Amino acid sequence: MAAPEIDIKYVAHLARLHLTPDEEKKLGAQLGHILGYIEKLKELDVAGVEPTAHAVPMVNVTRADEVQPWLPHDEALRNAPAKANGLFIVPKIVE
Amino acid sequence: MLNQLTISELAAKLAKREVSAREAVQSCLDQIQRVDGKIHAFISHDAADALAQADAADKLLIQAGSGASRSLLGIPVAVKDVLAVKNQPLNCGSKILGKFISPYDATVVEKLKAAGAIIFGRLNMDEFAMGSSTENSAFGITRNPWDAERIPGGSSGGSAAAVAADECLAALGSDTGGSIRQPAALCGCVGLKPTYGRVSRYGLVAFASSLDQIGTFTKDVRDAATLLRVIAGHDARDSTSVPQPVPDYSAALTGDIKELKLGLPKEYLIGGLDVEVKAALDAAVKQFEKLGAEIVEISLPHTDYAVATYYIIATAEASANLARFDGIRYGARVDGKDPVELYSRTRGAGFGPEVKRRIILGTYVLSSGYYDAYYLRAQKVRTLIRNDFLKAFEKVDAIVTPTSPTAAFKIGEKSDDPLQMYLSDIFTISCNLAGICGISIPCGFTKSPKLPIGLQLLGKPFGEETLLKIVHAYEMNTAWHKQKPAM
Repeated sequence: MAAPEIDIKYVAHLARLHLTPDEEKKLGAQLGHILGYIEKLKELDVAGVEPTAHAVPMVNVTRADEVQPWLPHDEALRNAPAKANGLFIVPKIVE
Repeated sequence: MLNQLTISELAAKLAKREVSAREAVQSCLDQIQRVDGKIHAFISHDAADALAQADAADKLLIQAGSGASRSLLGIPVAVKDVLAVKNQPLNCGSKILGKFISPYDATVVEKLKAAGAIIFGRLNMDEFAMGSSTENSAFGITRNPWDAERIPGGSSGGSAAAVAADECLAALGSDTGGSIRQPAALCGCVGLKPTYGRVSRYGLVAFASSLDQIGTFTKDVRDAATLLRVIAGHDARDSTSVPQPVPDYSAALTGDIKELKLGLPKEYLIGGLDVEVKAALDAAVKQFEKLGAEIVEISLPHTDYAVATYYIIATAEASANLARFDGIRYGARVDGKDPVELYSRTRGAGFGPEVKRRIILGTYVLSSGYYDAYYLRAQKVRTLIRNDFLKAFEKVDAIVTPTSPTAAFKIGEKSDDPLQMYLSDIFTISCNLAGICGISIPCGFTKSPKLPIGLQLLGKPFGEETLLKIVHAYEMNTAWHKQKPAM
């Protein structure tokens, strides 16, 4: 069964993933091949079958709403690529 | 040489003060020095830190009785580069994490340290655990200790190679579709993937959250039982960990498997199965019969759909999990004029080809208009695959299969054909989809070249005791696990 054509540029935009023109070409061909293989799932009748999200489902796992010890501020920022005054620096979002 | 010992052998020597933890760590460091230039199991290791931990362990060992409750006091254990170890680097085999240093310990690391283990080294892996050969690491490939021209398996190839090459006594890895069992098989060690929810994943970098599980690489089954007892158990910091008591797995190793029923799934005896792997499986099955187990033919009718199901679910979950690597809070960053350009450039520069392939595939199968056709359908097929296993386990105590259809393949052999690479996981993937436990143990060698062959046993959810009992009985009556690669 033929797989649908993937619009690689659009999917890469959704994934926030910059691809070079070479990567787009190579990935397009490979993904077509993989999706062609995946099409085999359409052979199965899944009417009335419940989906499995987790093999061992755990429902509504919560903890008491209490303050827990956590990383000190400077530890949490330790790996930041850009920081100042105890904050992450990001590009301008609003003009 | 101390680095060649099992955990139980070294623990006995340490307890009697015949040797020191420092000597044990030093022998591992010497072995790394001797062979890792060729094998490259380790991305890095902090020798000074390992020796400092050893000295601390030796102090406790000298104080009579103070170490008695610590089952791993002075035992050197190395970890895959996907687990957080406080103040050590964490890269997941990727460029995108830059110079990341873990601010905290993963729960499994915390537990191992509390049991007295010496945690050292960052073991190589396929980037973000995506791969079956450890050829996808940004830090170079790892080679198989049995044949340096061949891959060690993956994604935990560094863990398997390090244990097989005696560079550590045991190692931790993670298994999303076979990433512990397949490399263990190809390198000739014991690889255990516990039941989903058995071991806390707090501090494990997520790949596919409904499939990932942490497990062990050891030189024998007893060591797997020892390590599992330490790392298993409920953890409030992982909402998917299951509040079920942790048994003494070692107590299950009685050697008696009379009247246990082992299922042989007919769907696993497929065309692509190598003749020597098939012969090793047949011999192992005979061995089990000799030990008093009953062999029953079973059917897992949806086996043929497992790889396709897996590559939808795993990539979909990965595309969501890996969204966190955006260059804002940690890791490398490539600047852009706005946040979207920054994310896109950072990720384009930071991720390798296999990770990009899976993010694109995962994003696609989740995208508007395709969700029902791919992701939802795959989740339904997953139910059918899981039901196959639950039905089989009504009749048998465990299932016997090969771990991998072939022994280790050559470096580069499958790297240009992702689908062929994916199909090499055909026997290990269903276990993760079903959420059950599985183990790979050595069961023979190919003739020329001499390469290890792995036997996989799959057990019921939370059936690790029975699983370990069965493979331990096999191991006591065979010597495959004692063979060492000539390096």
